Amino acid sequence: MATAEFDVPELQEYVDVPEVEEGTMAHLKPFVVTNPEHNTDLGFPGELVEDWHGKTLEKLDDLRSRYRSLQVYLDACVKCGSCTDKCHYYLTTKDPKNMPVGRQDLLRKVYRRYFTFAGKYFPKLVGAEDLTRETLDDWYSYYHQCSQCRRCSVFCPYGIDTAEISMAAREILDSIGYGQKYCNEIIAKVHKVGNNLGLPGPAIEDTLEGLEEDVFDETGVEVKFPLDVKGAEILLVTPSADFFAEPHVDGLIGYAKVFHEAGVSWTLSTTASEAGNFGMFIGSYENMRRVSMRVREAALELGVKRIVFGECGHAWRVAYAFLNTLAGPFDFLDPDYPVPQHICEFTKQQIDAGKLTFDKSQNDDMTITFHDSCNVARATRMGDKPGGQMDIPREVIKAACNNYVDMDHNTIGERTFCCGGGGGLLTDDLMEIRVKGALPRMTALNNAVQEHGVTHLAAICAICKSQFTKVMPYYGMDMDQVVSVHQLVSNAIVLTGQRTEDDEEEQDEEA
Amino acid sequence: MPIEVNGKTLETDEEGYLVNLSDWEPAVAEIMAKEDDLELNSEHWDIITFLREYYEEYQIAPAVRVLTKAVGKKLGKEKGNSKYLYALFPYGPGKQACRFAGLPKPTGCI
Repeated sequence: MATAEFDVPELQEYVDVPEVEEGTMAHLKPFVVTNPEHNTDLGFPGELVEDWHGKTLEKLDDLRSRYRSLQVYLDACVKCGSCTDKCHYYLTTKDPKNMPVGRQDLLRKVYRRYFTFAGKYFPKLVGAEDLTRETLDDWYSYYHQCSQCRRCSVFCPYGIDTAEISMAAREILDSIGYGQKYCNEIIAKVHKVGNNLGLPGPAIEDTLEGLEEDVFDETGVEVKFPLDVKGAEILLVTPSADFFAEPHVDGLIGYAKVFHEAGVSWTLSTTASEAGNFGMFIGSYENMRRVSMRVREAALELGVKRIVFGECGHAWRVAYAFLNTLAGPFDFLDPDYPVPQHICEFTKQQIDAGKLTFDKSQNDDMTITFHDSCNVARATRMGDKPGGQMDIPREVIKAACNNYVDMDHNTIGERTFCCGGGGGLLTDDLMEIRVKGALPRMTALNNAVQEHGVTHLAAICAICKSQFTKVMPYYGMDMDQVVSVHQLVSNAIVLTGQRTEDDEEEQDEEA
Repeated sequence: MPIEVNGKTLETDEEGYLVNLSDWEPAVAEIMAKEDDLELNSEHWDIITFLREYYEEYQIAPAVRVLTKAVGKKLGKEKGNSKYLYALFPYGPGKQACRFAGLPKPTGCI
């Protein structure tokens, strides 16, 4: 429902770079953890510690020595201004602290004050400032208005990664007991139950049984959704939203149909029932590792030979870039396949091998465009060619659909605009920044709708899909216009032995 | 922000969900609905009752598809979809109806 307590920007032909207006978003802060267990379960103090000043500086010092990159990012900025108009949140809120450089400076000014010669003795000359309680609140506010999408870093001549700075800031805040409710509560659920939503095994089982029924009713083919099957070849790790939400679940049905037609044995796991890894959002190596270890343990216990990840953006970053160092070595898996593999890559291989048959006309009621998810586009790859993470999902869509159009090239690929809800911001208490931050993406989509008759937006990220279903109504579009890539596959795939429309007519006649 | 129900003060979280699930009684749903300018009819109650039964069994709110399917079976196919549920609960069946039913808010990538 699209009633807002804030001004929703109007869609124009393009998004203008606004004049700076200080403090427009200073009021926005996500809920702080109130149940101390949501901090302590993650290894953080239950509430704000008394000696937060000393502990904050101690943690900052620790992080800059642990992560060389952070030290370089804090030192290297020359204030060239390249990043200023690249952030979707700055473009739509005008708040200079939402400029990537402004956001970085919140941490940088404290770093300079306490850890550089010039900042210690001539703070005013170098923009160094004391650490105060107000600084902490500013960090809490503005580092939770960054979706860690890394679009700014594409344009920074030094490659400064604002996401890494925002992760460091969140880690510092967590380390003094000033954590965000949304992320920390969810990570606590993963540690306890096994997935972000907190779905216990029996609930997953019940949901999967229901899906088997639905697919059978629709196609007459017994497509299985196996759970905890020992000795299966493939372990599928997918966001728990795929069990729970729409249009995510339609993507899950698509994966199952592809596995079925490919003739491989596969399984889901109740203990590793989450691809997402919010440990990354809060910059916590320890939590990211704990979450990742669940995947390793499930793979070992089930004795699988391959691991495939479902449609989840940041999960694919963790899986592609960090899984081996976090939870490796994976020498017990089949070395002939990538560890892990993306579901789009898997499906593309089956298409290339001629194992899948499509009736593309089943998607003829739609004209599709594809939203590149930040973490997939800018932090990973798929397949064995550069740019595969952009090309492969599009090739999968085109194999299943007749009508496909890209959005403005400045808003896709590695320049993709964030959906507005990534990086731990997908919570109702941040709706204002989510709706505003979606404007550049919505503008590009709307142009594609007006110029090319696009009807649907496909995505390969649970967060993107949920964010779009919530924010599109604010821009006069419909939540049903968001689809999973494997939902399109599911619509068009013709299963071996599938009941055809002619069969159904015959049945009707007999009846 | 606690709510007053039948002379009792019940604790809720920042978003208005009951803190103690055992505090729930039908009047909780009525009062929460009134605050959202909704009047509960039997169709709303069908959903709320289903949510509570499902939660009792599985310790989690049902997935959207599980819910729409159950509604479709009980009330007819034309009602087994999200549109019908959103018409009843404008803020979303998962979030608004769960709150009325005294369930914790489902959170995650949804």
